[in-house]
Amino acid sequence: MRRSRVGLGFIALAAAGALALTSCASNGGGEGGGEAGAGGIITVNNTEPQKGLIPADTTEVGGGKVVDALWEGLVYYDADGVTQMGVAESIEAQNEENTLWEVKLRDDAVFSDGTPVLAHNFVDAWNYAANVDNALGNQYFFSAIKGFSESEPVEALEGLTIVDDHTFTIEASPDFPDRLGYSAYYPLPDVAFEDMAAFGQNPVGNGLYMLDGDDAWKHDVSISLVKNDSYVGPREVANDGIEFKVYASLDAAYTDLLANNLDVLDQIPDTSFAVFQDELGDRAINQAGALTTTLAISTSLEHFGMDEEGKLRRAALSMAVDRDEIIDVIFEGTNVPAVDFTSPVVDGFADDLAGMEKLEFNPDEAKKLWAEADAISPYEGTLEVATNTDGPHQVWVEAVANQWATNLGISAAPKLYPTFAAFLDDREADTVGGPFRAGWQGDYPGAYNYLQPLYYTDASSNHGFYANPEVDQLLDEAVQESDHEARNAKLDEVQELLLEDMPSIPLWYQGTTGGFSENVDNVAFGWNSVPIFNEITTK
Amino acid sequence: MLRYILFRLLQVIPVLLGTTFLIYFMVFAMPGDPVAAMFGDKQPSEAVLERVREQYNLDQPFFIQYLLYLKGILVGDFGISFSGEPVSQILARTFPVTITLAAMAIGIELVLAVVVGLFSGLRKGKLFDNINLIIGLLFLSIPIFVIAFIAQYGLGLKLGWFSPTVGPGAPVSDLLLPAIVLGVSLYATSMRLTRSSVIDTLNQDFVRTAYAKGLSRNRVVPVHVLRNSLIPTITNTATDFGTLMVGATVTEGIFNVPGVGNVLFQAILKGENATVVSFVTVMVLIYLVVNLVVDLLYAVLDPRIRYA
Repeated sequence: MRRSRVGLGFIALAAAGALALTSCASNGGGEGGGEAGAGGIITVNNTEPQKGLIPADTTEVGGGKVVDALWEGLVYYDADGVTQMGVAESIEAQNEENTLWEVKLRDDAVFSDGTPVLAHNFVDAWNYAANVDNALGNQYFFSAIKGFSESEPVEALEGLTIVDDHTFTIEASPDFPDRLGYSAYYPLPDVAFEDMAAFGQNPVGNGLYMLDGDDAWKHDVSISLVKNDSYVGPREVANDGIEFKVYASLDAAYTDLLANNLDVLDQIPDTSFAVFQDELGDRAINQAGALTTTLAISTSLEHFGMDEEGKLRRAALSMAVDRDEIIDVIFEGTNVPAVDFTSPVVDGFADDLAGMEKLEFNPDEAKKLWAEADAISPYEGTLEVATNTDGPHQVWVEAVANQWATNLGISAAPKLYPTFAAFLDDREADTVGGPFRAGWQGDYPGAYNYLQPLYYTDASSNHGFYANPEVDQLLDEAVQESDHEARNAKLDEVQELLLEDMPSIPLWYQGTTGGFSENVDNVAFGWNSVPIFNEITTK
Repeated sequence: MLRYILFRLLQVIPVLLGTTFLIYFMVFAMPGDPVAAMFGDKQPSEAVLERVREQYNLDQPFFIQYLLYLKGILVGDFGISFSGEPVSQILARTFPVTITLAAMAIGIELVLAVVVGLFSGLRKGKLFDNINLIIGLLFLSIPIFVIAFIAQYGLGLKLGWFSPTVGPGAPVSDLLLPAIVLGVSLYATSMRLTRSSVIDTLNQDFVRTAYAKGLSRNRVVPVHVLRNSLIPTITNTATDFGTLMVGATVTEGIFNVPGVGNVLFQAILKGENATVVSFVTVMVLIYLVVNLVVDLLYAVLDPRIRYA
């Protein structure tokens, strides 16, 4: 009896020891990871998609990258952001005002389950997405189509008409065709409507890639795609598939890239900004991107209204920020100072606007403007600049506060929100109480998409509650304008008004940083900072 | 003995009810609207947001939400994450990984701590003991993420002995490096406990008696000294297991282990009530079971302890 108790104790210990020992012994494949480079499959970093993979419900990058690989829309944007025909053979205006469009589809396009891509696949998908009852994240994207309602469930949009299997018409605003490459407008096969939630876990698209079997999406671990052999179309695929590996931190992904366990990393962690170009050499990527960082200021904030005083203060704050210094010190030169409200990668970017000197560092002028504003109504207390801290923004927000304090001689401090959700709450309720961080990544490479959602009265992302009838009217005119040059001229006018009013202060365009392993070639990043996966080749 | 076990198991029910309620309330009380945060800077219309809230019962008052959640649990439905995956599947996927990692770490910790602690105790004040105490102090004072980064960079990336991150499927070979890091960071406390306990036991009468009876050192040390010195170490290990369940978040992040810590952290940020509460509930369960097992082990180690 006694002996056996002793024995038990030691067995417990021995078991623990054995566990440790066997795990030592089984350590054979420590390096390599096995997956990278094998069989022409490229591995790419990703974050876990926040929702099921339904194109019109995917609003963030983690799901967006996968959805874009699985689907092809009527058009797509090439590496330079130029619109190219995808499933559409032609998209032609049917009237003078450019509000009625006829779309003809290629007759050889198929979904990866073999069913053809027909006009009703687009119309059904759009009607579903536009119906508020289905609660898809990109619902408002369909507001340009006739018959749309933001709050009432609409079964079928008035502006969509099926002509025949391969033809349908759209009645919408004149710039509508520009947007059609965005994922919200992808078609859905009939099978999707049987059970949308199940479809989102196991989607069927018509793109260059398809899911590798039923359990291809291993949540929080990986999503495996293989080349879609049934795809016929303008683009070619140079590899056999993509494995999206989910990383909880970019640092771990970067470590894997250095170890050649990961082929493509589409964002360098900020902790490695200083060294990545040395460590990766010609495998490092650093170019301008589509994400613009701004500081928005609510127009209802005291001293910052749309009057003489408010405009002076807004201009002063902008001129008191040394963008170059922050970019050098904090971002190690990976960002580009802003000269307008859009981004260099979009059509309509402007670097010669009247009033753009307000975006240049000029502490003397800034101090003067601030003093002029003080003469109207003196500013007292601490100016707070707000951000959430669950993203990588705290450091530069603190730097901005410091620069304001130094350059304007005022008291300035960061105001930190623990989570993005808490930050959003105050933004919506208009109670942030100071300038705050904002950012915008375009959905399609056009300047209108950087201006309308942010600065049109009551627009979806107008977080500063800015309202200027002149801006609204110019945006309306621009969107009705079919001539490309004339439209961009209108948008330039909008931007010049914005520079005068400064509803938000453009800071910089976030650079696209990335890198690739020794196992792949031909890595280039598109306008939206996403690698062009289909062109990547394995060695 | 059986009655004791039953009683302990019954205790689990109020503890679980209490914890789920508290956790549910804490996530509920977190500032911000989780549904709005799902969409980032690009906000859909209020009508869309309302319908999403309905899907997750977030439009209901707190008590109704909590009761609906409990009702689901009773029929084995833990709810659905924002990405559309049943929470029960997430539990089934992540807990085995974390438990494997924790067991490996504890294994490494125990073997190191018991062996080194025993020899240190037997050679109290000698060179081995002193060097060992200094090393232990080092491990205690260096934060775990520093150890983790050094191990990842040095042993993983530069020397290539281990995979620097954990690959798909979390194979045991990939988990080895994070397990060593965790084991080593826990080692010092256990080792010191074993050591002082061994020193204590060596001065006990029954050890002197054993030697006086003419028993050899090889018999006295393992059977009389070590066995009677293990109780504090085992107790500490049980606490470590609980710590590892959550405390490994940092390590899991660095090595990209697809385990509990990682998922839980993301779920908290997203305000996914169903995921957070289910995870914590399972953790509490595991913690309670481990403690029960440890309490039962006492009886094995020390015959004076009996459970009626």
